[in-house]
Amino acid sequence: MGQSAALGRGEGRKAESKPKPGIWVKVSAQQIKRIKATVFLLALLPLVRLVVLGFMDNLGANPVEFVIHSNGTWALTFLMITLAITPLRKITGLNWLVALRRLLGLYAFFYAVLHFLSYVWLDQWFDWASITKDVAKHRYVLVGFAAFLCLIPLAATSNNAMMRRLGGNWQKLHRLVYPIAILGVTHYWWLVKKDLTQPIVYAMVLALLLACRAVFRKKGVDR
Amino acid sequence: MIIRRSADITPSEITPKEIYAERRRFLQTAGLGLAAAAGLTSGLIHPAEAAVVQAQTRRKLTPIVKSAYRVDEKLTPYEDVTTYNNFYEFGTGKSDPSSNAGTLHKQPWTVSIEGEVKRPKKIGLEDLLKLSPMEERIYRMRCVEGWSMVIPWVGIPLAKLIDWAEPTGNAKYVEFVSLADPDQMPGVRVPVLDWPYTEGLRLDEARHPLSLLAVGLYGEALLDQNGAPLRLVVPWKYGFKGIKSILTIRFTEKMPVSSWMRANAHEYGFYSNVNPEVDHPRWSQATERRIGEGGLFNRRRKTLMFNGYGDQVGQLYTGMDLRKYF
Repeated sequence: MGQSAALGRGEGRKAESKPKPGIWVKVSAQQIKRIKATVFLLALLPLVRLVVLGFMDNLGANPVEFVIHSNGTWALTFLMITLAITPLRKITGLNWLVALRRLLGLYAFFYAVLHFLSYVWLDQWFDWASITKDVAKHRYVLVGFAAFLCLIPLAATSNNAMMRRLGGNWQKLHRLVYPIAILGVTHYWWLVKKDLTQPIVYAMVLALLLACRAVFRKKGVDR
Repeated sequence: MIIRRSADITPSEITPKEIYAERRRFLQTAGLGLAAAAGLTSGLIHPAEAAVVQAQTRRKLTPIVKSAYRVDEKLTPYEDVTTYNNFYEFGTGKSDPSSNAGTLHKQPWTVSIEGEVKRPKKIGLEDLLKLSPMEERIYRMRCVEGWSMVIPWVGIPLAKLIDWAEPTGNAKYVEFVSLADPDQMPGVRVPVLDWPYTEGLRLDEARHPLSLLAVGLYGEALLDQNGAPLRLVVPWKYGFKGIKSILTIRFTEKMPVSSWMRANAHEYGFYSNVNPEVDHPRWSQATERRIGEGGLFNRRRKTLMFNGYGDQVGQLYTGMDLRKYF
């Protein structure tokens, strides 16, 4: 469990303090490696799918929109999954889950980069004047862009060396993930023409994840 | 994406409509529940793959006169025109209409003419088509979302129907109302818009020679997803003005309130003329992406004033502040 303790910092510190019965509670370092490798490969599937569909010329009538939306959706989804790790860990007692958090968070960043790149390249063709106008004039673009910018320092400080260097500030910095998630969902909410079903689903998931944290804090669960 | 022609399938092989509609409803409900639970929605089940054109009868329309109203631009492929649609009565995803359609009862189809007319009357689709020879017109279609198509429509000038309807001197506007039957249109069970869908034109806009009552495209009768059996095409306005599956045409003295105006008056005005200089409050209207052109590396093109029909329709709006009357 040394690895997860190193990764989780504060949150993973007491990883072994509350052992619960069950086969999945104790996981060896070897098993964690395997689980991480599996998650790594699974998380690549949305990209693989785009590449395959692209080569099969099967991205639909509006391929640019398809690619942008797909990457945006997956960035948001991975952000939600990342935020689900801590509540899941506390509820199930599967403390090793924290070992997946950095990987999942980096995938959220990865798909956000692809989302941003597909917008800058495929949608705007590096027309910086038009992009600047778009960001300044349209609030959904602005909040999406802000969320993307805020993700950059998180990704840049995600390695062990930076964690050590930042010490206690690391966790403070990484609390940015909450406003980022709110901005991301708002971005989706504001761009939809009329049918808000999907943004509402994301908003509800996010609200649930944030509520879990509030409850844990109130009850003083773990820490 | 596969377009399956009904001719290849024997009638006995086709699942009865009620059964597949029911199955689909079940799958949709179950699917939505699952997706909501997992918090992954469009990422997994993306519209594009769901787009399989359903077995709808494709019927050639004859005789069709070629009209002089045709833009000299590459036509948007039939497959794109029939699978990338906004028709919220069949769902809000672009491929929802083509995958949910095939359920409209189009025969008989009677349009009710009401309001400020000498006397209200009803007209069957067959009689409506006797008012004027069917014409093929190739128009640009610009969606308010920032994409466009070039479509060979088949229809008759709206003006011919208006003449037949004999509006009174009080008639200043025309209001159109769509079918809104939850049994035929699954999207109507969801209150995304205030059903039935309504649209409107000023009487002079409606009488303009470009305004078309369409019954077909690519030489064939309209499929459900394109607004069968009768829809409006007003090429200098955003696509949503082209109301589909029209049941009622009402002449009014007051400006009608359209579904989109009711949904968001700040974003959708009565006129909704294509105008690259007046942005949608949330996005730019300066450029558009032409569907079916260039694939992934398809660059946006500049949107034209009145969608390129300014010479023909500009005089309808002289002296009007188009920023105010958007």
